[in-house]
This record gives sequence, structure tokens and C-alpha cells, in this order.
Amino acid sequence: MKRWLVCLFIVLAARMAFAAEAPLLAADETVEKRLVAISEELRCLVCQNESLAGSRADLANDLRREIRKMIAEGKTDQEILDFMVARYGDFVLYRPPVKPTTWLLWGGPFLLMGGGLITLIWLLRRRRQLVATSGLSDEQRTLAASLLDKTDQ
Amino acid sequence: MKRFLLPLAAFAVLVVFLAIGLTHDPREVPSPLIGKPAPAFTLPQLHDASKKFSVADMKGQVWLLNVWASWCVSCREEHPLLVEFAKTHAVPVIGLDYKDQVADAKQWLEKLGNPYTQIAVDSDGRVGIDYGVYGVPETYVIDKQGIIRMKHTGPITPASLAQKILPLVKDLSQ
Repeated sequence: MKRWLVCLFIVLAARMAFAAEAPLLAADETVEKRLVAISEELRCLVCQNESLAGSRADLANDLRREIRKMIAEGKTDQEILDFMVARYGDFVLYRPPVKPTTWLLWGGPFLLMGGGLITLIWLLRRRRQLVATSGLSDEQRTLAASLLDKTDQ
Repeated sequence: MKRFLLPLAAFAVLVVFLAIGLTHDPREVPSPLIGKPAPAFTLPQLHDASKKFSVADMKGQVWLLNVWASWCVSCREEHPLLVEFAKTHAVPVIGLDYKDQVADAKQWLEKLGNPYTQIAVDSDGRVGIDYGVYGVPETYVIDKQGIIRMKHTGPITPASLAQKILPLVKDLSQ
């Protein structure tokens, strides 16, 4: 029992340690919620595989500050995203818009899947033909039948 | 033999694509600001905070905007080249001291030389955001009409200076 309490204490203490490290929340919870929602759609440019919401980079901090400011100014989500795209390009968006330069990006996976499906169908058809044409000859059939008769006895 | 031909061809295509991918620098993000007017700003100058530097002051000139900071290691790497370049007086090089301490920046320039015609101080990085700065050093080539013509992310190398920046500057100066 005592051991369990110690474990529980350690877990709780660890959680508190993490909580202390989390960035300060603004006074207004709804602003913070919008900030997180918007910044999860955005890529951090310093550590490119992290979202702006999750990054600890200095620039990400500054950009979150800017977004917070824009929310306070009453800007819409789209206006805030446009602000980011105007400065850093479509690259900041995790869901870039569909346009000629991104056609391959959006269509590529479907193209690959289509190619795979066509290859699969082609292979299956060829196999079926192989099976159909490579049946047993009459001679082989009688031989097989006689062998089976022998095992039945 | 023939049955290996198709997978082999597919593999070759894949290798070509991956090889092309390797030559691209993932850190080099194309700037949407190319061909657009350089975002206006007015900031205090490093050596005399009572004086201001403004983008509008540079109208009619081709100039370089070099974003740097004393804390930036790669800036140290490109600095000697900038100092050499400044000696040629080809075009004004304006420094944007990005998220830096004034005292540190001054000391850095005293030690390593000052290639800049003027230096604007962007202490909170707000102007840097307008220029889409994400990794100092960054260098912008701005034409006589105040349009950004090129952006170089990362330290300038002798090759990028000779092959990309200088020919463009020469073109624009005519």
C-alpha cells in the first residue's frame, strides 16, 4: 500500500513539474483555444516537422504572440492564416490550397494508388489466364486418376 | 530476365527522384515576397537610436538588406565576405539587427568589422516577421522601386555572391 502511495506521489509530482514548464496562458481561455486551433494548422519554420502550436523555437513563440495579438484585435481565422501565408508562403500551411503548383502534391498519392491498382488488376488477370491455359493434359489426368485409385485401395 | 526489367525500371525512376530530392535544401523555403514591395518599416539605428532608418529612404537605389544578429553563429561565418563585399562599394548593405542586444551587436561589429551602410535595430523581431525571416542570416536584394527581387536564406557564400547576387545587382542597377 505504502509503495503504491509513493508511486502515485511520483506520478503526480512529475505531472506538476511538466505543468510548471508549460508556456504561460493568456488570461482569456477562449483566446488561447483559438490560438492553439490556428497554430496547429501552421508549420513552424525553424523545426519544420513541428506545428507552430507545439514548437519551442523562439520564432514560434514570437509568431504565437502575433497571433494572440491579432485575435485580440478581432481578426478572423482566415485573416490570420493569410497574414502567415503572405510572409512565409503556402509552406506554413499543413493543408496547402489546391492550385497548379500543388496539383502534384494533392494528386500524387491518388496517382500512385491508381497505378498500383492497375498493376494489381493486370497481374491478377495474367495469373488467371495462366491457370486457365496450363490445365492438365488428358494423359496427366489419367495418370493422376490411377494414382488416386491406388491410394484409395 | 524479362521479368526483372519492369521492377528494375521502376527502381531506376525512384532512384532518380530521390537523387533530385537530395539536391534540394529543405530549409530553403521559397519566399512569397519575391516581386512584392519590401515591407515598410522605420526603426532606430544601432549607433544612434535618435536617428531612424526607413525603407522609404532607399528609394531609387538598389540595395541589400542583411538580417543578422550577434548571437547568430552562421552570421559570423558570412561576415568576412560581407566586409570584403562592402569594400567594393557596389551597393549599400543595410543591416537589420534581429532580436539582439544593442551592446552585444556593437561589440560584435567592433571586433569583426562593420560592413553596413546603416543598421536598423529590430529588437523584438516584429520587422523580421514581416520579411518572413525564419533563419538568420538572410539577405534580400531590393531594387530601385523598392521591390524585393531575391532572398538568400543562410550565410552568403562566395559562390552565391558571385553567381546569384552580383549578376542580379548589376542587372538591376542599369
